[in-house]
Amino acid sequence: MFAGTIVFALINSFILILMAIGFNLTFGISGVANFAYGALYAYMSWTMLNLLHLPFWASAALSIVLTMISGAMMYRFVLLRVRGQALSEVIATFGIGLAILELFRYLGLVGFEYTLPVFWNESFMIAGAYVDIQRIAIVLIGLMLVLGLWLFTHFTSTGLAFRGIAQDERTALTFGIDSDWIATLSVSFGAGLAAIAATIIIPLGSIAPNEGYDVLIKALAICIIGGLGSTGGVIVAGFIVGFAERFTDTYIGSQWTMIVSLAAILLVLAIKPSGLFGQQKELEERI
Amino acid sequence: MSLPTALRVEDICKIFGRAVAVDHLSCEVRRGELLGIIGPNGSGKTTLVNLISGFLKPTSGRILYNGQDITRTAPHKIVGMGISRTFQMVRPFYRLPAYKNMIIPLYSPRVRQLAGGRYGDRNAVALDLLEEVGFERDANVAYKPAGTLPQGYLKRLELAKAIALSPDLLILDELFSGMSLAEVASIVPVIEKLRLAGKTIIMIEHRLKELFRIADRIMVLNYGQKIAEGTAAEVMESEAVKNAYLGSEE
Amino acid sequence: MKKRRERIDRGIKARSEDVYALCSWREMLYLAGPRLLPAAAFLLLPLFLGVYWQKVMISVAVFALLAISWDMLAQTGMISLGQALFFGMGAYVSGILNFYFGMPPWLTIPAATVLGGTLCTLILMPVLRLRGIYFSMVTLIIPLMLVRIIEATKIFGGTEGLSGMTPLPSTLTEIYLVTGVLLGVLFGLRRLMETDYGLVLKGIRDNDRSVTNAGINIYWFKTQALFISSTIGAFAGAFMTHVYMFVGMPVFALDYSILPIAAAVVGGSGTLAGAALGAVILVPLSEALRGIGGLRIVMYGLFLVVFIVAIPEGLFDYIQRKYHQKERWVEIDK
Repeated sequence: MFAGTIVFALINSFILILMAIGFNLTFGISGVANFAYGALYAYMSWTMLNLLHLPFWASAALSIVLTMISGAMMYRFVLLRVRGQALSEVIATFGIGLAILELFRYLGLVGFEYTLPVFWNESFMIAGAYVDIQRIAIVLIGLMLVLGLWLFTHFTSTGLAFRGIAQDERTALTFGIDSDWIATLSVSFGAGLAAIAATIIIPLGSIAPNEGYDVLIKALAICIIGGLGSTGGVIVAGFIVGFAERFTDTYIGSQWTMIVSLAAILLVLAIKPSGLFGQQKELEERI
Repeated sequence: MSLPTALRVEDICKIFGRAVAVDHLSCEVRRGELLGIIGPNGSGKTTLVNLISGFLKPTSGRILYNGQDITRTAPHKIVGMGISRTFQMVRPFYRLPAYKNMIIPLYSPRVRQLAGGRYGDRNAVALDLLEEVGFERDANVAYKPAGTLPQGYLKRLELAKAIALSPDLLILDELFSGMSLAEVASIVPVIEKLRLAGKTIIMIEHRLKELFRIADRIMVLNYGQKIAEGTAAEVMESEAVKNAYLGSEE
Repeated sequence: MKKRRERIDRGIKARSEDVYALCSWREMLYLAGPRLLPAAAFLLLPLFLGVYWQKVMISVAVFALLAISWDMLAQTGMISLGQALFFGMGAYVSGILNFYFGMPPWLTIPAATVLGGTLCTLILMPVLRLRGIYFSMVTLIIPLMLVRIIEATKIFGGTEGLSGMTPLPSTLTEIYLVTGVLLGVLFGLRRLMETDYGLVLKGIRDNDRSVTNAGINIYWFKTQALFISSTIGAFAGAFMTHVYMFVGMPVFALDYSILPIAAAVVGGSGTLAGAALGAVILVPLSEALRGIGGLRIVMYGLFLVVFIVAIPEGLFDYIQRKYHQKERWVEIDK
C-alpha cells in the first residue's frame, strides 16, 4: 500500500504542476495574474466537447489552439486597456472568469456525462497498484512540458524575450522587444498550458463549472507556496502538496486533504511570505 | 582635529543575481561634513544610498550610524533615527496639491516626538517648509496639484519632504538633475543653511561643478568600488578617475 | 472650426465653498442635500415598504457595508477578492457565541464584530508584507478553503450549519440597526479618509516607498486599515446570523465576495459613497432579475469587466461631476 500511495502521490503531484504551470508562466512574464485561468481550462473542454465528431487528436489540437486564441484576445481587447493598474487587471480577469464559468453552469454543463475521452483505456500494475495509462500519460506529458518550457525559455529567441521582459521590462523595451506582444503571447501560452492540462486531466473526472474554480484555487495555492513566477517553485510546491494530499487521503481521510493545502499556505506565508522560491523584487529602481 | 564619525560603512557588498552593484566598499562620514559621491552611471551610487537607508539589505558588511549597527534595521526606523533621503526619481502624489504632499512626512512619529508629542498645524508647517525651498508664497505655487508642477519644483518638493523629518544626516540622491541653473543656484543656499545648522549631508551628483563648490570631500565610485577619495582638486587629478570618466585606452 | 468640451464649476459650488454658504438657505441646501437625502431615504423608507422589500433593504444595507469595507481596503492598496472571509468570520463567531454560550444578540453582535475583525486581521497579516497580487490571491482562497474545512471536520454543525439563533425583536429593529451602522460607517469613514490619517493610507496605495521614507511603518498602518475593514465586514456577518437565525457554509460563498466588488466598481471605487450607491443599484436589480437565475452572476461578471474598462471612475463620480459642474461646447480660437 505504501508503494502504491507513492505512485499515486507522484501522479497527483504532476496533476497539480500541470494545473499551476500556465498561471505561473503568465504571471512570471507579464505580471498579469490571470484569474480567468480556471475558466479557460473549462472553456477548452467545452470547445473540445463540441468538436468530438472530429478525430481525437484533431479535436484536442484544435481546442487547444482556440483556447490560446481566446487568451490572446482577452489580453488584446480587455487587459491591454487596464494594463499596469493592478486593481483593474485583477477585477477584469476575475470578471471574465466568473462570466464564463457561470454561463456554463447556466447552460447546464454539470454531471458525469460531460467528460473527455481517455486516450487509451488500459491499465497495469506498478508497485502493487493498478495504474491506467491515462495517469502515466499525465506524468510523461508533465515531464515533457516542464522540459520543453525550460528549453523554450533558454534557447529560442521568443523564450529569451520572455525572460528578458520578466527580469526587467524597461530594459527589454530598449532592446526592441515589444512588451505588449510578449504579454499577449504569455497570456496565450498560459491559456494553452491550461488547455493541455484540461485535455489530459479531465478524462479522469468530469467537466463542471466548479472544476474551473477548483483549478484556479489549486493553481493559486501551488503558486503561493512555491513563490509566484518561479517555475522551480511550482514543481517543488506541486510535489510537496501532491504527496501531502495523497498521504493524508490514504492514512487520515480524504476530507482532510484541503486542510493540508490550507495549512501549507498559512505555514509558508507565516515563515516566508513570498513563497519557497519566490523573490520579491527588492526595489524596482536599481540604478 | 577630527570630528566624531556619523556614519561608517564597513566592507559592504551588494550582489543582484550575478551583478555586483557594490563591491567591498568602506567609507566614513564625519558629523557636520558634506560628502559628495560621484561616479559614472551604474557605478553603484544609488544602491549605496538604498543600502544606507535600509531599502536594500547588503549581501555582506555592516553599516554603523553613530556607533549603532543599522545594517538590518527597517527603513522607517532608520528615518526615525535621523537619516532621511530624497529619491532620484520623484513620484509625488500627483493629484494632491504640493503642500498636501508634505503631510505624510509631517505625520511621522519622529516629527511628533521632536515636537514634544504634538503634531501642531501640519498645513502651516508644510507651507513654511515649502517656502524655504523656493515655492513662492505669493504665487501660491504650493497650492497647485503636484502633477502640474515642473520637474525643478518636484525636486525641491522632494527636498522639503526630507527636511520636514528634521534629519541629522541628509542624503540627497541627484537632487540637481532636472533643475535649471537658476534653480540650482537658489537651492545651494538652502543646503548651506542646513550645514550651518550642523547637519551631515551626503550628496550624489552628476553636476560636478556645483557639487565641488560646496562639498568638503569627494568620493568616486566605479563598478561598485571606491577608486578615489579626497578634496575635489585631489580627486580630479587621480588617474583612476580620469580613466573611469573618459575611458581608458586598453 | 473646432470645438471642445469644457467643464466649469457651477456658480453655486463656488459660492458655497467657504463660510459664505451659511448666508443663504439655497446654498446650505446645496451642500447638505446630497448628504441628507440618502440618509433620510434610508430612515423613512422602511416605514412605507412591504415585508419583502424591507428584507431587500436589509440586503442592500449589508452589501453596502461589505462594499464600503472593500473600498476602504482598496484605497489602502489592498484588493480583496474575499469579502466573504470577513462576512463569514463575523457570522460564525456570533453564531457560536449565541448557539453554544447562549449570549443574547446585543452581546454577540458587538463581540463578533470585534473578534471576527481581529481574527481576519491576524490571518491576513503575513500577506501585508507583500505587494499587490498576493493579498488578492490569499483572500480569494481562504474563505473557499474554510468551507471545505467545516465540511470535512464537521465542526460547528458541519454542512448543516447552526440554526435556531435568537432573532432580533422586529424587522424594523433590524432595518434601523443596519442602516444606522451603515450611515455611521459611511459618513465616518468618508471623514476619516479626508483627514491626514486617511491621506497616509491613500499614500500607501500610491507610493508605499515614499511613505516608508517618511519614517512611517506602512505595515502597521495597513494592519489598522485591514482591521477597520474586516470589522465592518464582520459586523455585517454577525448581523445576518441573527436575521436568518442561521449560520452555515453559505456565509463563505463567492456571492459575498463578488457582489460587494461589483457594487464598488459600478458605483466607483475610492469614494466609499460610490460603493454604497452601487449596492443600492445592484441588489434590487438582482432581486428584480431573480427570474433569470444563474445568469445573474454572469451579468455581474460582465458588469465588472465593462465598468472597469469603460467607466473606471464609476457612477458616483459621474453624478458628482454633473452636480458640481456644467459642461459646454466651446470653439477653439487660435
